[in-house]
Amino acid sequence: MSLLSVRGLHVTYTTQAGAVPAVRGIDIELDRGQVLGLAGESGCGKSTIAGAILRLLPAGTQVSGEVMLEGDDVLGMRARRLRAIRWTEASIVFQGAMHALNPVQRIGEQIAEPIILHGQAGEREAVVRAGALLEQVGLPPRRLKDYPHELSGGQRQRAMIAMALACNPSLIIADEPTTALDVMVQAQVLRLLKELQRDLGLAMIFITHDLSVLVETCDRLAIMYAGRIIEEGPAEVVFHQPAHPYTRALAAAFPEIGDQRFRRNPSGLPGDPPYPADLPSGCTFHPRCPDVFGPCPDVDPRLYDVSPGRRAACLLVEGALAAAGVTAAAPETARSDATAEEEA
Amino acid sequence: METEPATRESAEGARPILEVRDIHVSFAGRLGLGAGLIGRKASLARAVDGVSLELQKGEILALAGESGCGKTTTARAVMGLERPQRGEILYEGEPIWKRLRAYRRKVQMVFQDPTGALNPRQTIYESVAEGLRIHRVHGDERAQVAKALASAGMRPPERFFLNYPHELSGGQRQRVVIAGALVLEPHMIVADEPVSNLDASVRGEILALLMELRQRLGLTILVVTHDLGLAWTIADRVAVMYLGRIVEIGPADEVLQRPKHPYTRALLDVVPEVGGLERPILQGEPPDPTKIPLGCRFHPRCPVVASGRAAELGIETKCRGEDLNLVEDKPGHFAACHLTPIGEQP
Repeated sequence: MSLLSVRGLHVTYTTQAGAVPAVRGIDIELDRGQVLGLAGESGCGKSTIAGAILRLLPAGTQVSGEVMLEGDDVLGMRARRLRAIRWTEASIVFQGAMHALNPVQRIGEQIAEPIILHGQAGEREAVVRAGALLEQVGLPPRRLKDYPHELSGGQRQRAMIAMALACNPSLIIADEPTTALDVMVQAQVLRLLKELQRDLGLAMIFITHDLSVLVETCDRLAIMYAGRIIEEGPAEVVFHQPAHPYTRALAAAFPEIGDQRFRRNPSGLPGDPPYPADLPSGCTFHPRCPDVFGPCPDVDPRLYDVSPGRRAACLLVEGALAAAGVTAAAPETARSDATAEEEA
Repeated sequence: METEPATRESAEGARPILEVRDIHVSFAGRLGLGAGLIGRKASLARAVDGVSLELQKGEILALAGESGCGKTTTARAVMGLERPQRGEILYEGEPIWKRLRAYRRKVQMVFQDPTGALNPRQTIYESVAEGLRIHRVHGDERAQVAKALASAGMRPPERFFLNYPHELSGGQRQRVVIAGALVLEPHMIVADEPVSNLDASVRGEILALLMELRQRLGLTILVVTHDLGLAWTIADRVAVMYLGRIVEIGPADEVLQRPKHPYTRALLDVVPEVGGLERPILQGEPPDPTKIPLGCRFHPRCPVVASGRAAELGIETKCRGEDLNLVEDKPGHFAACHLTPIGEQP
């Protein structure tokens, strides 16, 4: 049994302007100790998934599908049970530690609070544990007495990680944990997360727009576009031999220094990510796709097998046209890197 | 810091369009009320502590470093938005302060956050035309605005005249900001993190636009960034700043592939790549410009000092006690490191 199993997840926000479908049918399987990277641009629905897994979305949001955490149905769970599993089975490290911490409460009290609330320890013991947690994330225990404003950005993010670890969860969802940090501090926090994950055998979902960060921290990568996963597979393969034209463009936005293909040659996609309430027909990526051909504006592709453990939602994947019941032939010129790579 | 003759003149012997000579900008640090009442003095933050650099016409120079290194303050000084306490900035050989208004027409700034840079209550037309009105430029305003928008890739421009910023996407807004700069037909653009607030797939297009503007209009571009990958994609030369100084400057291919300063090396090591987390990461936070260390300002974090290699090479006392200027390693490639004069690599 996987630790986390998400099937057919749909999330639709209700706004004044009408229904906005943010997540449109997502499946995720995550085993113990495994790290999944979820990448995509703003508005693709990646943070919504984090909220849906722990039911942290605003009231009135329509959520359907199935979220099973250690065999428990999260979406159907009563409030009491839900409170019990948050922190103890799964916890979240949010982006922007500045706003996620209470500014008028000492760090130590904030870390000890979930430990006490979940009855895992008394007050005195909880403070001792909080000190040990701070040490584990590389902060001296005397920092327990500090307020959030007395810590630097990197230290605050470390404190957030300590809090997420407080009740020994088996799953941590990290939502843009390093986005607002400086490059050097970002590398420190990434290394810390990776070490903790390895040492404690944690499962992690790592959400970010920065694909290059995911390659070195994750086992598997899932790329999102317009509320769906459009490509998934082993992290390095997805990054270096993308099968979907969108993944290829996203990977090119993080050039490898020294790679002459990128030198004095910026490449990007025309247009912008679509607004979730106003999605293009067929493949939602087709208006921006460099490889668009005949059936793309009409056929909504599902994930097709590229190779074992690797899928992409593109009609250029071998066999996709037949699977989608389309008779058109794929243009010879526009073949995905992955297909070419495998043939070579 | 003296200016090296080698960088004074380009290969063609032309005078640089912009010369920054040993500028110093400091800010009074913040002080609590209590400390102020008992007469304690606020410490001085030396944000820019002796920066010299030159830009040739039509060149793209990337100014890189961590936050707090002084790169934005340097850019603001170049724009005439901060007045250096010491040093001078020459544009086409003339101090920029002499004719600041005329200078500000020729040199335009593109800010980081396109949403903050545009007035939400103004139409796109008004936003782009604002510069023309401030500088009282005569001529057909409508045609000038249309030309600037088209130049920035907003085609057909007339379609966007009556739009408001919230009706545009992030990439389009950044194009409008760039159009607002182009409308005055500047010779130089200072771009502060021009793509860091944009979605990854959109960044490349904006960078391609900057390169095209250089090609087509001969613009000189100073781009401030924390992203060395961006420098690799568009810059001719790279200057790396640390604690208010340029610690390394040279051709992008050289600096990014064969860095001479341990700090540049460290910055390159943390650019995420496969296996990158196994490499050394500098400990600690970005340093404090109110407490600049003696000797080489990087020595407290320098891996060459920490590993004992500096001691082996007999330069450790210099690292700890002797401040140094940029030293030329190869033609046009300078580093402020005690390793360079003895021919060692970081």
